[in-house]
Amino acid sequence: MEELSRILTQAAGELIAPTTAAYVLAAIGLNLHFGYTGLLNMGQAGFMLLGAYGFGISTIAGAPLWLALIVALVASILFALILGMPTLKLRGDYLAIVTIAAAEIVRMLGRSSGLAEWTGGQAGLRGNEFKDTFAALSPLPDGRTAIGPFEYLNNGSDSWWVRLVGWSLVALALVFVWLLTRSPWGRLLKGVREDEDAVRALGKNVYAIKMQALILGGVFGSLGGVLYVLPRAIQPDGMARSMTFFVWTVLLLGGAATLFGPVLGAMLFWAVFMLLRAGLREGMAGTLAPTQVENIGGLVVGLALMLLVIFRPQGILGNKKELAFDAR
Amino acid sequence: MPDETTENTVTTENTVTEVTEPASTVEALDAVGRSDSAAARAAEHVLAAVEPKVGVSKPDTILMADGVQRRFGGMTAVDVEHLEVQRGVITALIGPNGAGKTTFFNLLTGFDKPNQGTWSFEGRSLAGTSAAKMARNGMVRTFQLTKALSRLTVMQNMLLAAMDNPGENLFGSLVRPLWSGTEKRNTEKALEILSRFKLDTKKDDFAGSLSGGQRKLLEMARALMTDPTMIMLDEPMAGVNPALVQSLLHHIQALRDEGMTVLFVEHDMHAVRHISDWVVVMAEGRIVAEGPPQSVMQDQAVIDAYLGAHHDTDLGDDSLLDPAVLARLEAEEEKR
Ligand SMILES: Nc1ncnc2c1ncn2[C@@H]1O[C@H](COP(=O)(O)OP(=O)(O)OP(=O)(O)O)[C@@H](O)[C@H]1O
Ligand SMILES: [Mg+2]
Repeated sequence: MEELSRILTQAAGELIAPTTAAYVLAAIGLNLHFGYTGLLNMGQAGFMLLGAYGFGISTIAGAPLWLALIVALVASILFALILGMPTLKLRGDYLAIVTIAAAEIVRMLGRSSGLAEWTGGQAGLRGNEFKDTFAALSPLPDGRTAIGPFEYLNNGSDSWWVRLVGWSLVALALVFVWLLTRSPWGRLLKGVREDEDAVRALGKNVYAIKMQALILGGVFGSLGGVLYVLPRAIQPDGMARSMTFFVWTVLLLGGAATLFGPVLGAMLFWAVFMLLRAGLREGMAGTLAPTQVENIGGLVVGLALMLLVIFRPQGILGNKKELAFDAR
Repeated sequence: MPDETTENTVTTENTVTEVTEPASTVEALDAVGRSDSAAARAAEHVLAAVEPKVGVSKPDTILMADGVQRRFGGMTAVDVEHLEVQRGVITALIGPNGAGKTTFFNLLTGFDKPNQGTWSFEGRSLAGTSAAKMARNGMVRTFQLTKALSRLTVMQNMLLAAMDNPGENLFGSLVRPLWSGTEKRNTEKALEILSRFKLDTKKDDFAGSLSGGQRKLLEMARALMTDPTMIMLDEPMAGVNPALVQSLLHHIQALRDEGMTVLFVEHDMHAVRHISDWVVVMAEGRIVAEGPPQSVMQDQAVIDAYLGAHHDTDLGDDSLLDPAVLARLEAEEEKR
């Protein structure tokens, strides 16, 4: 009984975890790409890793918090430009291939020994090296606070402070996306998603629209990456392809092209994922090694993604009616 | 989109266009009649002075193509030596399936690049101009394979088409007061156009839920939202029911009467005969004839292109709408 309540508390804790907020931001970015504009970005983890590196490396080099954030954002903007320029004039599939490869390149470069002086190579950058500027900003008094079943340090890595900032960012991002998507600009994005030639025939610069969407979504990915590494270290191998697929699962679970889809998707995804892993750990203790538990967890996510796409492509919040004539 | 192919409308490129219910089409068209507006009479008057000969120069040319060629592999889909389109009139572009009409449209509107040739719109050379720029210059087209924006509503389809909306700027979009006025004006304009096309009751439906014919209408209505100086319609009547064909023909004539230049591709000879001021005939990529509708349809080169050689039938003849007559003509052609 005690075990069960521990598992449930752990799972519930995921609902407000910084990692969940980081995934919400990344999924909001992917939603701008895929949900609204129809861009197949298969390398959102690349944007996230680049944001994390940009923030971490510049902080270690002595940059103040605001500058480090700007570096992270500029890095993702440049990345989007480099990816978009050759591919956005081509058919959609090319962007998918290029982004998946580019994200891998970022990771490979990050873990290569040649750049280890900056990136820390395979071992990455330890959290203590880059999170002081962020922690110093906290107005919270030191100590622990318990709210309901949740008890965390006020300041530090896995703290209320990170949660507070993370979810405030999510709230801001939601307002921003809401403003954008209800506007004529948001309508253009959807137009491009539906049929770019039709939009072109009406005198709109489709290339510019797609580029703006790619950049903006990448910036959200980069912000998500920064938030993701604040409670942990920057490890390139922890932000690889599976991260991209997790973000996709989050988005499709919640519902693409919906405002709250990324939020609901991320909360549900991480809570269930934690329930599954904690359950396996407790229930199969002795039979399964911890790495096996992680592997099974990953496998189940993959399966869930497949089932989702086949049986409920509109996700939880998506509109069935909208999807009815989308089978291209 | 698969639903496009499951419809009974013919929207598939390069297939034989459906013959609509003969009797009713003829009735519908007889009810149309040629517009007797000042613009129609002026067009007729001006074009009467133009010699009906391929490549002839027009008194007031809005669009000109010169030596335009497009080859697909070894096959030359378009080879137009010289063509001028008169401003403010309805020009029909006709020709058998595969003649190169759609390809020519694509070249003119920047959706395809010719292997060689020059062309100009309102005196400006258009080589290398993007499709979007072409539309902003005032030359807007529709597609043979309708392109409705399925998961946008009919009204959103219309609003998206309006030009110069400050809300379409990424930063402007965040500040609603900057664009709410424009949106309101555009909405009123859209409603007016939609009601002309009998789509106003559908304004909040997803465009994807419209029928094939309704999508054709929506696409045309949407094009009008851009306030074009010249509108190019690729088979606007395909799949539209006879009663609507009639009002569609009225609309097209009304556009001309408002001063717009219309270039349209159509397989229905009766529609062509009824509303066009000038007809250009393409066959195998070349322009084989041009002139006023009555004379062109009796032109031997045109009849040959359509029905094979050795027929003395006038293409505007109503009996050609009868499948039985067509079958007989085909059978005769086979025997030769
Ligand atoms: N993208 C392409 N690649 C290869 N060949 C093409 C392409 N587009 C058109 N063609 C060929 O060019 C020729 C002209 O095609 P086009 O679509 O312009 O004909 P059309 O006059 O519009 O015919 P329809 O009345 O059937 O619409 C056809 O023989 C077609 O097979
Ligand atoms: Mg065609």
